[in-house]
Amino acid sequence: MAKTVLDFEKPIVELEAKLEEMRKFSDNLDIEKEIVKIEEKVKILKENIYKELTRWQRVQLARHADRPYTLDYINLMTTNFIELHGDRHFKDDKAIVGGFANLDEHKVLIIGHQKGRDTKTNLYRNFGMPNPEGYRKALRLMKLAEKFNKPVITMLDTPGAFPGLEAEERGQAEAIARNLFEMSKLKVPIIVVIIGEGASGGALGLGVGDRILMLENCWYSVISPESCSSILWRSWEYKEQAAEALKLTAPDLLKQKIIDRIIPEPLGGAHKDHQEAAKMLKGVLKEELSQLIKIKPEKLVENRLEKFGSMGEFIE
Amino acid sequence: MAWFKRSKENISPNTLKKELPDGLWEKCPSCNEIIHKKQLETNLWTCQKCSYHFRIGSDEYIKILLDEGSFKEVNRKMRSADPLEFIDTKKYSSRINDTINKLGLYDAIRTGTGKLNKKDVAFGCMDFRFIGGSMGSVVGEKIARLTDTAFKNKIPLIVISASGGARMMEGAFSLMQMAKTSSRLARLSEAKIPYISIVTDPTTGGTTASYAMLGDINIAEPQALIGFAGPRVIRQTIGKDLPEGFQKSEFLLEHGFIDVIVPRKDMKETISNLITILD
Repeated sequence: MAKTVLDFEKPIVELEAKLEEMRKFSDNLDIEKEIVKIEEKVKILKENIYKELTRWQRVQLARHADRPYTLDYINLMTTNFIELHGDRHFKDDKAIVGGFANLDEHKVLIIGHQKGRDTKTNLYRNFGMPNPEGYRKALRLMKLAEKFNKPVITMLDTPGAFPGLEAEERGQAEAIARNLFEMSKLKVPIIVVIIGEGASGGALGLGVGDRILMLENCWYSVISPESCSSILWRSWEYKEQAAEALKLTAPDLLKQKIIDRIIPEPLGGAHKDHQEAAKMLKGVLKEELSQLIKIKPEKLVENRLEKFGSMGEFIE
Repeated sequence: MAWFKRSKENISPNTLKKELPDGLWEKCPSCNEIIHKKQLETNLWTCQKCSYHFRIGSDEYIKILLDEGSFKEVNRKMRSADPLEFIDTKKYSSRINDTINKLGLYDAIRTGTGKLNKKDVAFGCMDFRFIGGSMGSVVGEKIARLTDTAFKNKIPLIVISASGGARMMEGAFSLMQMAKTSSRLARLSEAKIPYISIVTDPTTGGTTASYAMLGDINIAEPQALIGFAGPRVIRQTIGKDLPEGFQKSEFLLEHGFIDVIVPRKDMKETISNLITILD
């Protein structure tokens, strides 16, 4: 896998490289001691860096090119995944994937945004930016899950719904609105997990559910920091300030009661250890599922209405 | 030299200058016709020459659509709590205060009940003048409550949209108002109570991608800009000029997202007919 190194990751990567070099000569006892020292140093450095991440740095981690995507999690967490394609009206949108799978004892429908890893796959996936048919495919599959009484898990990871000419012609706005409308009354449990970028309506179009979970290094807001900067500051240069102002990280959203729970990532971010990240996510999903499947469908829908109804702050 | 041809004739020395005395006159942005304010009002704020629909606010729509004096507003003073303590080039809290003082409106929507040709309706109307008609917690909550009023009293719901989308300064709270309003509308729909969405110029972003597109009947005023992404963003994305009439009401009707385009002067009668038929 190609390694992408972010600015603030550099000191760690440099130390780790030094460590690697020294290990080559580790038959010498003095060096052995030195190695232990540096290992300790790396650990402390990591802890310090990741404890003090700014909001913008979290946004960068959420977009990290080596981060696991929906299909990675599906492959690592489930068995018998069968991907189902197409919205039955227009085409198959590659920016959203979905299908049934076994999550240990649970039979579930998993749907998520899908990004590509390199130029070629990114073009194929349209950088994880869905067109209306993507949302309509997702809705078709959710209706299928409802019909056969299977819980739904959605994974959010998109820089936004695609702002293209054809997307408008085919009703991008209507497609997202319809999903919000239908998901809010779907009679099976829905668990939403933000696994990377949660950009605005494009993310929310898969984001109405009974539990909203968020991996530690993700962002979720009404607009990306760059676009916010360009509109409010009239320049692309204020993305760091915009990220701060938008309060868009997992701890922020937990405080705002918009998400229910933060799922920890391996130290340094999910991209450092896909296996471990998937294991942590799977554990939480199973725990939440086992609770949700006990709730009667009518009660689920009622609770969901109340959940989203309580979001927002105003003065009367 | 076709590229050099002037498309407009208004920069020649012979062109008559159309100067506007303050206060009494309005100029039609579409055909430049000068119209007296009184006449504009009689004409329901549309141009008598080219029938351009001027952007208007809740006061005007209440006058146009509801029986005189029947509107009973609720939650009039509900206002933003600035939950993120948002600051860009200006504090959001002062932006809110300044706008309230300037317009006498407390946020971008007014809601209540009223009568339309003697029939009870739950009625909401957005004001684009209030921070671009953006939807934050207040707009979301007021629409949710209005939908509940329609649900409890079993009366039709009518919402007039004019909005730039979700309000940035309330971050994820604004985004969640899309889910909040849509989920209430889903419940109203299950109860088989009609919701008529009237989309006016301009309606984009999160507003279009939630309640504006979810009417049992979606009505648009002529020539209104309606879309998800704004035209500027799309132009940047595709790197080409956009076709004439792109994202206008007529374009949306042609692509199947608007039921009917109704000029302002026929709006009241059309809604009245619809709610009688659906009742």
